[in-house]
Amino acid sequence: MTENLFYFLTSLTLLSALMVVISKNPVHSVLFLIITFFTISGHYILLNAQFLAAVNIIVYAGAIMVLFLFVIMFLNMGKNAENAVKTSVISKIAGTLAGGLLFVVMIAALKDAAIVGYNPETYNSQVGMVENLGKVLFTQYLLPFELASVLFLVAMVGAVMLGKKETGEQHF
Amino acid sequence: MESVDLLYKAIYILAIFGITLLIATYSTYFERKIAAFIQDRVGPNRAGPAGLLQPLADAGKLFFKEDFIPNKASKALFILGPGIAMLVATMSSAVVPFGDKLIIGGHEINLIAIDVNIGVLYVFGVVSLGVYGLMVGGWASNNKFSLLGAIRAASQNISYELAMGLSLIAVLMLSGTLSLREIAEQQSGFNWNIWYQPLGFIIFLVCAFAECNRTPFDLPESEAELIGGYHTEYGSMKLGMYLFAEYINIFVASAVMATLYFGAYNFPFMEDLRAAISDPVLANNVVTIVGLVAMFTKIFLFIFFFMWVRWTLPRFRYDQLMKLGWQILIPLAILNIMLTGGGILLKEYLF
Amino acid sequence: MEPLSNRSKKVQKREMTFTERAYLPAIAQGLGITLKHFFKKKATVQYPEQTRERSDVWRGLHVLKRDENGAERCTACGLCAVACPAEAITMTAGERKAGEEHLYREEKYAVTYEVNMLRCIFCGLCEEACPKAAIFLQDDKLAPARYERDEFIYGKDRLVEPLKTTETK
Repeated sequence: MTENLFYFLTSLTLLSALMVVISKNPVHSVLFLIITFFTISGHYILLNAQFLAAVNIIVYAGAIMVLFLFVIMFLNMGKNAENAVKTSVISKIAGTLAGGLLFVVMIAALKDAAIVGYNPETYNSQVGMVENLGKVLFTQYLLPFELASVLFLVAMVGAVMLGKKETGEQHF
Repeated sequence: MESVDLLYKAIYILAIFGITLLIATYSTYFERKIAAFIQDRVGPNRAGPAGLLQPLADAGKLFFKEDFIPNKASKALFILGPGIAMLVATMSSAVVPFGDKLIIGGHEINLIAIDVNIGVLYVFGVVSLGVYGLMVGGWASNNKFSLLGAIRAASQNISYELAMGLSLIAVLMLSGTLSLREIAEQQSGFNWNIWYQPLGFIIFLVCAFAECNRTPFDLPESEAELIGGYHTEYGSMKLGMYLFAEYINIFVASAVMATLYFGAYNFPFMEDLRAAISDPVLANNVVTIVGLVAMFTKIFLFIFFFMWVRWTLPRFRYDQLMKLGWQILIPLAILNIMLTGGGILLKEYLF
Repeated sequence: MEPLSNRSKKVQKREMTFTERAYLPAIAQGLGITLKHFFKKKATVQYPEQTRERSDVWRGLHVLKRDENGAERCTACGLCAVACPAEAITMTAGERKAGEEHLYREEKYAVTYEVNMLRCIFCGLCEEACPKAAIFLQDDKLAPARYERDEFIYGKDRLVEPLKTTETK
C-alpha cells in the first residue's frame, strides 16, 4: 500500500515538475509547481515528517507560490507567450550540449554513491515529529538556526529599505 | 485500527461533511434574515414556513441556470477555480475537535476526524491555500475586474496570514502543543484561552475576517469598484460554489476560533455535571453531548457575529487595509508574543 | 462672502484621541446600534395579505357617479377641465335624445370624457369644481401601472360607475 502510494506520488511529482518546464503559459507553470510542492509534502507524510509537510505547504504553496502567481498576473505574460520565446538554432544546440553534459556529470557523480539506508530495527519513527525536530533545532543546531534568523532579519531590513517612500513621493 | 473503529470514523467524517454543508446552506438564509432584521425588514419568508426553504430554492435556481464559460477564458482553470475553493474550504474542518470522546459499546470514539499532532499547522496551511481558488478563477476569467479581484485577494490573504500566525504563536506558547485536541483539553471547564489572550484573540478575529474575505475586508469582491471581483464572469452553480465556499470558510473560522480561544467543547461546571451522574460511561456520554451542543452554540454565535459585523461596518479602503495589516496588527501581534512570554516567565518565577 | 444665514458652523479638525484612533470602541458602538435595530419592530407590510392603510382623505382613481336612478350625473359643463391644473381632462358634450332619460340626468351629457392619468396629479380640484357632484376621487382605488401610454387615458368605459344591477335580486 505505502509502496504503491510512493510510486504514484513520485510519478506525479516528476510529471508535474516536467510540466513546469514544458508548459508555455507561465501561470500554468506556477500551478504545476504548486502540485509538485503538494506531492513533495505527500512524500514527507510518507516519511512520517508531518511538521515538514505542513510547513512546506504553508511556506511554499501557501505564501511563496501565491506571490509568484501574483507577480505573473501583474506582468500579464500569458497573452503573448507563444511568440515571446524565439531561439536561434545555435542556442538550441548549445542548450542541448550543456544539458547533456550536466546529465553525464550527474550520472558520473551518482554512479558510485552508495545509498545510506536506515536499519528498520533501530530507526525511530518519531524523529520527524514536532517535538523531536524542535529539540534538535534548539540544542544541536542552535547556532545555525539563530544565524538563519539573522539572515531573515537582514532580508527584512532590506525589503523595508526598498519599500520606503522617498521624501516628497506621494502615491495616494 | 479495527474495522468497527474505521466504520465509526467513516460515519463521523460523513456526518461532519454533511453538517458543514448544511450549515453553509443555511448560513445563506441566516445572512439574509440577519441583514433584513438589522435593516428593519423581515427577509425571505415566502418559500416554506418563515422562508426556511429559501436556500433550496436558491440552489435550484443556480443549478438550472445556464452554465456559461466566457469565450476567451482559460476553460480548464475556469472550471477548476470554484472546485479548488470548495475543496479547500471543506478540507479544513477535519482536524477541529467538535467534541470529546463518546463511548458506545465499549468503543471510544473521538469526535475529531483526524487527530494529527500538527492540527493548528494543518488548519493554517489549508487556509493559506484557500486563496488559490480565487486567484485561479479570477485569472482564468480573462477579465480585468476578475484579475484585479484575484490580485487583491492574494495580497490581502498573504498580509493577514502573517498577523494571524503571529497571534496564534502566543496561544501555542501557552499550550505547548500544536494539536487542536490537546489545546481543547487544556481549556477544561471555564479555563478558556480568551482570559489569557484577549489581545491575541482580537488580532486573530480581525485576521479571520480578512482571510474569509468578509466585510469590512471584502475588497476582492467589492461590487462598487470591481463589479463582482474574482467572480464577475461566473454564473450558475460555479458562482454558487464560490459563495458556498465563503460560508464554509466562515463556519471553519468560527470553529477554529471557538477551539483556540473559547474552550471548544468545554463549558462551565462541566466536572460538576460529570460528578452528578453515577454511571461513568453515561456521565461521559452526557458530558460529551452537552459539550457538542456547547461547541455548536459557540460556532453559531461566531457565525452570527460575522454577519452582524458585515451589516454594521463599511468596507475599508485598500491602503487602509494594508496599513492595518502590516503596520498595526503585526506589531501588536509581536507585542502580544512578548507579553505572553514575559507572563509565562513571571509565572514560573513566582510559583 | 457674506453668509446667507447665521447657521453655518465652523468645523474644527482636531487630532483624534486614542480611543477614537483605536477604532474598536467605535465598532462596538456601531454593533450596538445595529443590534438595537435587530430587535426593533419591522416596517414591512406583507403586501398581498396586508395592504398599507390609507389616509381618510386619500385621493385615488376618478369615478363618474350615477344618481339614485342609475343615470349619469355629468352634464359636460367643462368646469372640471377648467379647474384642472394639469389639463388632464377632456370631454365632448352631446344632447340627450328622447328615450335616453334613464341614461343621463340632464339634457346635456358627456359623449366622451377622458382623464389622462399620466398628466393627472390627483389634486382633487375637479371634484371641488363639479356643480353636479358627478366626479369624485375614490379612496380605495388607484391608477395601476400599465405597459402602454395610451392605456393611461381613461375613457368613460373605465370611469363611469357600474350600474347596480345586483340590487334587483
